[in-house]
Amino acid sequence: MEEVDVEPAVTNIPAASSGTHLGFAWGPGDILVYETLYKASGTGSGDIHEVRKDEDIYSPILRKLFNESHHIFVGLQTIREDLPSKNKKPQFVSISKNYRSVIRACMEELQQVAVSTKVAEVAMQYGNQVSILLAIELIWNLCEVLFIDAAPAGSLLLHLLDWVRLHKADVDEKAREVLQSESPAEHRDYWDVVVSYVLQGRLEEARQMLVKQATLQPAARKMYKQMDTLLSKMPFYNPGGTQTLTEFDVKWRHWHEEVDRCLQDNSFASNKHLELICKILVGDEDTLLEHKDLLSTWYHFLVTRLLFCHPTVKPTELHYYAQSCLTMFLDSRSVPEPLDSILLAAFEFDIHQVIKDCSIALNNWWFVAHLTDLLDHCKLLQSHNLHFGSNLREFLLLEYASGLFTHHSLWQLAVDYFDHCPEFGRVYLELQIERVPLDTERKALKVLRICEQRQMSEQVRSICKIMAMRALRNNRLGSALSWSIRAKDAAFATLISERFLQDYCARGTFSDLDLIDNLGPAMLLSDRLTFLGKYREFHKLYGEKRFREASKLLLSLMTAKIAPRSFWMTLLTDALPLLEQKEVIFSADQTHELMFCLEELMSSLNTTTAGTDRPMQDEDIEVTKVELLRLALARNLAMAIVKEGTVEA
Amino acid sequence: MFVARSIAADHKDLIHDVSYDFHGRRMATCSSDQSVKVWDKSENGEWHCTASWKTHSGSVWRVTWAHPEFGQVLASCSFDRTAAVWEEIVGESNDKQRGLSHWIKRTTLVDSRTSVTDVKFAPKHMGLMLTTCSADGVVRIYEAPDVMNLSQWSLQHEISCKLSCSCISWNPSSSRAHPAMFAVGSDDSNVTYGGKVQIYEYNENTRKYAKAETLMTVTDAVHDIAFAPNLGRSFHVLAIATKDVRIFKLVPMRKESTSTGPTKFEVQIVAQFDNHNSQVWRVSWNITSTLLASSGDDGCVRLWKANYMDNWKCTGILKGDGSPLTGSSGQPTAMSTVVGSSVQTSQNALNGMSAGRYFFPPLDPPRAGTRYGHLLPPSSLIEHCDAEPIQPQQQALPHRLSSRALLPLPEAEGQ
Repeated sequence: MEEVDVEPAVTNIPAASSGTHLGFAWGPGDILVYETLYKASGTGSGDIHEVRKDEDIYSPILRKLFNESHHIFVGLQTIREDLPSKNKKPQFVSISKNYRSVIRACMEELQQVAVSTKVAEVAMQYGNQVSILLAIELIWNLCEVLFIDAAPAGSLLLHLLDWVRLHKADVDEKAREVLQSESPAEHRDYWDVVVSYVLQGRLEEARQMLVKQATLQPAARKMYKQMDTLLSKMPFYNPGGTQTLTEFDVKWRHWHEEVDRCLQDNSFASNKHLELICKILVGDEDTLLEHKDLLSTWYHFLVTRLLFCHPTVKPTELHYYAQSCLTMFLDSRSVPEPLDSILLAAFEFDIHQVIKDCSIALNNWWFVAHLTDLLDHCKLLQSHNLHFGSNLREFLLLEYASGLFTHHSLWQLAVDYFDHCPEFGRVYLELQIERVPLDTERKALKVLRICEQRQMSEQVRSICKIMAMRALRNNRLGSALSWSIRAKDAAFATLISERFLQDYCARGTFSDLDLIDNLGPAMLLSDRLTFLGKYREFHKLYGEKRFREASKLLLSLMTAKIAPRSFWMTLLTDALPLLEQKEVIFSADQTHELMFCLEELMSSLNTTTAGTDRPMQDEDIEVTKVELLRLALARNLAMAIVKEGTVEA
Repeated sequence: MFVARSIAADHKDLIHDVSYDFHGRRMATCSSDQSVKVWDKSENGEWHCTASWKTHSGSVWRVTWAHPEFGQVLASCSFDRTAAVWEEIVGESNDKQRGLSHWIKRTTLVDSRTSVTDVKFAPKHMGLMLTTCSADGVVRIYEAPDVMNLSQWSLQHEISCKLSCSCISWNPSSSRAHPAMFAVGSDDSNVTYGGKVQIYEYNENTRKYAKAETLMTVTDAVHDIAFAPNLGRSFHVLAIATKDVRIFKLVPMRKESTSTGPTKFEVQIVAQFDNHNSQVWRVSWNITSTLLASSGDDGCVRLWKANYMDNWKCTGILKGDGSPLTGSSGQPTAMSTVVGSSVQTSQNALNGMSAGRYFFPPLDPPRAGTRYGHLLPPSSLIEHCDAEPIQPQQQALPHRLSSRALLPLPEAEGQ
């Protein structure tokens, strides 16, 4: 088949059409377009237009299609590779049927909405979607028969009959109308129904209808009886039975000759309707073509012609009959249209062409992605010598999944599709998932979990970092700290710990106690965080009046250099009430160490703060504080020495 | 494709740049009116202007967002020879209620002696780094060493490109695989000056950027340049807007282990399109680099896509219809949703109503981007991109096949 080149789609933007440029900006799900001028100054309309690629995913009903087909898709991916392909065939057929039933369910729902809505525009939109789904289901069903089920001669025709019956069910509608009328045999559509039944090979139903007519015309009873016999005797191949195809063929030929004899000896010449049926049974092409209105499509014509002329047609012969039926059925004026070409390509077993034409005509990645994936699992793409077989599958799946990703809830489905694209799936997922807006903590956690499950460490880090930064900007220190611990971001954890300590110095209390009390090993992420945790521990011990442990911890914070030098004065001040206790808490040695810390702090302050102007008042307070400390330390030392001496004695 | 909504930007002069933030929930616009506006997308998808302020004393050429890891930070560059960095501060609660936000200037970068033509943040793994290029041919790389203090920026590198610079693009791929790399384009129109696109690469040893490559085949003025996300490939892809759209592949050549010089590249042209007829002004990739958009003198935005055989092809055109909406301007945050402005909808209205339901909805051209399509133009499946274009099939869809051809669901009968 020839390649078709298609002109690119044009989308009109409400903007000037000449003399200006269109600027643009890509977004995750759309593109912003605005009027501008790149080479000179000028004026533009100043509007920005949000251009979106698709509407489908915003349809609540189609969303069900996406959701349910996702389950089927995931199920298909888990079918074991190592089973012999023969054993997998029934599974593939059933998966194909599942896909089709999802399409049908969706179609029916759309149809209901289309009918019940009062808004013409909505009705039209849904109507359009229904007709697209109808086409998809029709094509899918044919692909299932020809490629997946790959029915051999004999059963092939039976499957094709089912296919036509399913998609040309308006006969049933008409039949119901006729049967419900007062006198069915006199209904104007009566014969149309009978003939339609015959054309679809539904001979039992045709016979039941004919009985009604026969009772009205007792004179012609014999003739009706003869027709009834012909119809009842027509052999149908039974794939499950013992009969071989050759035996069936012989039997069928006998029957065919009998029908032909009836026609030759003008058995039905007196009744034009029965004669017509007889002509159909004998497979007369001209007669069939005179009833295009009842056949309505060339592929119905094809199947009817096969039924009455070549019931043992082989798959390899199909394309010949299909092509000739198409030519015979269409007027010389009309050209084959996309659906015709797609079905014809299917009859020719040209899978690649089917996929390609479907992509062009349907503009629907859902269909081609899922069908191609299924055909690829059936190993059909390889057997057709497409060296890019799996590339094609992945290409289509990536396109479909990328489309899903632009939707605020469907993106989660896309993750599984990306997971099953071995070449680029992961990179696509990485690029897409970091763009998912982290509107809430809950959503962030959801995205995070997906990244963690897939060891996407860079995305995990980035998401936590973004959340930490956002929390910090909003002064939610606790949340910021827990996010940066999750991101293992030491620098940021240090910065936030610093904020916590500043807050403490300013207000004398800690916020987010729960978090700080339960840091655990996470405390080791940064020195400052360790200090924050330990310092809080000190406060806890102090609060619980476990003064000895508290004082020991306090001292170690300074001697082990965990506390930043800038915080030492605060720590020493915290020691004051412990020094002032009646009971001796700091031992003589500990007091010495405290004194040493104080002197070290004072000497470092003298060198660094020399020359800086500090308000006199602050200076005074500091000096007083240091003097108080020195006094308290000296007194405690004295008490400690006395006490320690006493105990020794 | 279709126009989902139109937003009256209400700038008092030409808009020069529109920029989405990383998550696509905010956008910034800049204009010749010397201001920048920030817009936030509400739950229902509408855009609201939450800040608008004068940023420069000349036309503002470009505005760009820093990665959200660094908070809410914007950079702008202007004809006034400066670039500026802006940070949103969480404002008073009543401001929030009124839907307003506060942006304060953190720094003004005044090193350029001429118009600053482009400003870009470097990939986030390099830290918070800002790059500017200017008409005097200098690329400057600044760094904010403390991300909590954006008033301090130090000029880390000054790279003289010798030609008036119009655009820069960082290679977004991660540092682990490649040294930091950027491309700079020149809009100098003198073809005798040679290649207008230069590639610079960071050298760990000298701690300097060195020129790795000049694309000698690009001799006309270059207006925009864009590296594609790497996708884990061994080569880099670069799109260039010059007198046409060009896509290049840069394949790093095997480097001798002793060599300390910059990587050498084998430069391959992947595609070249002159559909814009004349100058092309902007090129930009979508997130996964499956689509390239370009804007040119034909007044159109064109979308380019490769199929699975890596053949590139135009798959969509966005085009002014000659009816600018003038009525909507004047209200700062007025949104006018334009229904039926796309070809698609009008086609439906024309054909759909009169002839009833078709087998396929009338599409013109048949596979148009349209409402059906995240399912983008399947033309990407077509291998011959240089084939003679066939007349668009106006009636390419089977109108003949009315709904009766297929199972009409019970409810259909009533219609």
